[in-house]
Amino acid sequence: MGGTVSANHDRSNLLEVRGLTKIFGTLTACDHIDLNIAKGEIHALLGENGAGKSTLVKMLFGSLEPNSGEIFWDGKAVKITSPGVAKKLGIGMVFQHFSLFEALTAAENIALSLNDGSPISTIAAKARALSFSYGLPLDPDSLVGDLSVGERQRIEIIRCLLQTPQLIILDEPTSVLTPQEADKLFETLERLRSEGKSILYISHRLEEVKRICDRATVLRHGKVVGHCNPREETAASLARMMVGSEVKAVVRAPAEGIETAPALLEIRGLSRKPATPFAIPLKNINLTVRAGEVIGIAGVAGNGQGEFFESVSGEVLQQDAGSVRIRGKDAGALSITGRRLMGAAFVPEERLGHGAAPRMRLSENLLLSRHATDGKAFVGSGGMVKNSTVYSAAQRIITAMDVRKSAPDPEAAALSGGNLQKFIVGRELDRKPSVMVVNQPTWGVDAGAAARIRQALIELARSGSAVLVISQDLDELFELSDAIAVMHNGELSKPLPIAEATFEKIGLLMGGAEPGHAEHGMEVA
Amino acid sequence: MRIELVKRPQRSALFSVLSPFIAFALTIMAGGIMFALLGVNPLDAFNIYFIQPISEVWQLHELAIKAAPLILIAVGLSVCYKANIWNIGAEGQFIFGAIFGSIIPVLFPQFEGPLVIPLMLLLGMVGGAFYASIAAFLKTRFSTNEILTSLMLVYVAQLFLDWLVRGPWRDPEGHGFPQTIQFGDSAVLPELMPDAGRANWGFVFALVAAVAIWLMMSRMLKGFEVRVLGSSPRAGRFAGFGFNRMVFFTFLLSGALAGLAGISEVSGAIGQLQPVISPGYGFTAIIVAFLGRLNPLGIVAAGLVLALTYLGGEAVQSALGISDKVARVFQGMLLFFVLGCDTLIHYRIRLIGMALTKANGTAQLEAAPKLEEAR
Repeated sequence: MGGTVSANHDRSNLLEVRGLTKIFGTLTACDHIDLNIAKGEIHALLGENGAGKSTLVKMLFGSLEPNSGEIFWDGKAVKITSPGVAKKLGIGMVFQHFSLFEALTAAENIALSLNDGSPISTIAAKARALSFSYGLPLDPDSLVGDLSVGERQRIEIIRCLLQTPQLIILDEPTSVLTPQEADKLFETLERLRSEGKSILYISHRLEEVKRICDRATVLRHGKVVGHCNPREETAASLARMMVGSEVKAVVRAPAEGIETAPALLEIRGLSRKPATPFAIPLKNINLTVRAGEVIGIAGVAGNGQGEFFESVSGEVLQQDAGSVRIRGKDAGALSITGRRLMGAAFVPEERLGHGAAPRMRLSENLLLSRHATDGKAFVGSGGMVKNSTVYSAAQRIITAMDVRKSAPDPEAAALSGGNLQKFIVGRELDRKPSVMVVNQPTWGVDAGAAARIRQALIELARSGSAVLVISQDLDELFELSDAIAVMHNGELSKPLPIAEATFEKIGLLMGGAEPGHAEHGMEVA
Repeated sequence: MRIELVKRPQRSALFSVLSPFIAFALTIMAGGIMFALLGVNPLDAFNIYFIQPISEVWQLHELAIKAAPLILIAVGLSVCYKANIWNIGAEGQFIFGAIFGSIIPVLFPQFEGPLVIPLMLLLGMVGGAFYASIAAFLKTRFSTNEILTSLMLVYVAQLFLDWLVRGPWRDPEGHGFPQTIQFGDSAVLPELMPDAGRANWGFVFALVAAVAIWLMMSRMLKGFEVRVLGSSPRAGRFAGFGFNRMVFFTFLLSGALAGLAGISEVSGAIGQLQPVISPGYGFTAIIVAFLGRLNPLGIVAAGLVLALTYLGGEAVQSALGISDKVARVFQGMLLFFVLGCDTLIHYRIRLIGMALTKANGTAQLEAAPKLEEAR
């Protein structure tokens, strides 16, 4: 039915957007966007990072004011000047990043946003009833801090449903869910659709868009590049619409002779007590990564991946020096600098503020992780930094990884997420490390850059290094890994060789399939 | 009516540079109002306060004497503040530098020769660093707030000095005055140009320290470490820089420089220990550090300006009979306006009417996710 619903002010359209434009300085984030959402449909909004999806949604939810363009709600022209107005119209939103107070209960969090003075007990009862009728079990009296990310999302959804919206906007809802949890969510969405509600579904996961969405609007560089029926498209054709060109598929040559290759990174019985009340303890983790292979670690956010990364990188030291071994030597008692000097390299999940200092230039950020390993080249006698050498090395990385930037040596914060990530990964690859540990290598990175980063990681492994990738993106892990292990509640499963691994199996492990696992997790802020 | 500070997406580079000058202009305006309220013609007062004290060469020497400790202390503090570590206790470190450095001339007056001064200076630095290390130790070991501990240690130092000069170190032939013996000739920091004025080597130390720290902060790996840990501690940890080591480094460095300032002051300008050896240099240096944009070269200029407020305070007291506490008022206003200007560089003010907030009861709650998104 793609494109047939175009009659002006058609009452069958719940929301109609005409020529919506938003300009930030010199950047046109949204350029004359047209969008129709019919009653009772699930409408996908597709696009890469920076395509203008968030800007568009913020205008629909009243958080941003458009420069020009019109919005029609149920056939009538409306101005959505604030989220309050949006709610009154019947627009509800579930954000990608939750805004919940960890120290309050679910019901208290809901009461805060309803703000209508009804007593908490009433709200709790309503929330409980609603949660059961939609198959989203939730205990309104539980503390948010104790809930898993999936459960927190349920609070957000129920909070949204309590306001009986006609249109629900969901921003990347499955990015924090296991495949099984996502299935549950899809059932709920289909149920909502059958009640005549409309859903605007923002995602970059093409398979799920094909599965549940009736129509799709594709954005690229702030413009609508097409409307389509995703069920009639292939994932490849959707990707082509989003990116505007063929995305080079990642090529993974089969790894050979891995069994006999030397173990470059060994984790032996690694345990760690939780550092804060909401942190996850690590329990007896064992893992070996051999020269030439890529091992992936899957898992829902907040199951100990951050704690594991810190322990492996040496940002947190181990009591047992043998629990982390790099190239056959104990490294557990060494600092991150010591481990780097043994040939390891690390890329953390957070780019700004962890992997890079936001207010520092790229060349300074190069020095950040390599001042010791390249001490001779970068730091001269008396501790003077050789600025010109560092600068040219930074330029070399920028060229090699095709980092797009507005100035020769800009501050890290001035780069887009994808470009900064290319620089941070490139900074480590440039060293040709023999062990590389990456947490969320392509989180929030556009498809082209993601393919480039993944290919680079595979090539690093095939050239004889050991690569360990922690990721919540299963597609990515299946593309990259020779074997996948799953982290759940601080424990790591045995790696499944990629030939045996399926989404189903990994998904079950992510949900804690083995008995005796209490569901417990936290959002990594 | 409610006033909100909203973070600006971009800092203006121009106003970052202009901010100290705007602050200075605002201080002058507010000062003019203050003089007018005191019944003095502001123009006359400014002439006496800011112009006359630096109209002759010997007066410039006095300016250098006052500026030297301010600059020395402030360059040390600038390193702390760049690392996001808040040493407020330079006054105490200054005093302990003076006490340690005075050990030789007070307890071993018979020891003379060219080695005395270098040893005194070294001991002064050790004393200041030692005293600063207490706050550093408390912070790293017990996570105490260094602002509180370093500040409280100032009073301990002041009382300790008071006790020393009234008790064990009192000059037995001093007619009961609370002061030590006069330092011997070889324990007095030489004057630079004895024919022109009293300025001593302390001013040279200050300039050397400013240049050295500037070099460290802008060109050396150590300075990079300070800046990384100060601006993004987690990235600093990822870089392998230890935060606790940095706490000690900055405290020891700033303590040593404050100690050097202390012993230079006692050995050069005063010539003995007495109950009060500083008109608040350690605190005024905080203003100097911020007025100088935490840049050692800017601090040299800011130190000279603040030194002038001391001289001006003395001048208006003798010429107009106004209390020399006016100097404190000027310093306070200067800091207030500098911080105010800096805040307005990072934030803009938004006025929110009460009626509006009531009508959009939910608007405030919406602000939370909005901010979330904005980041």
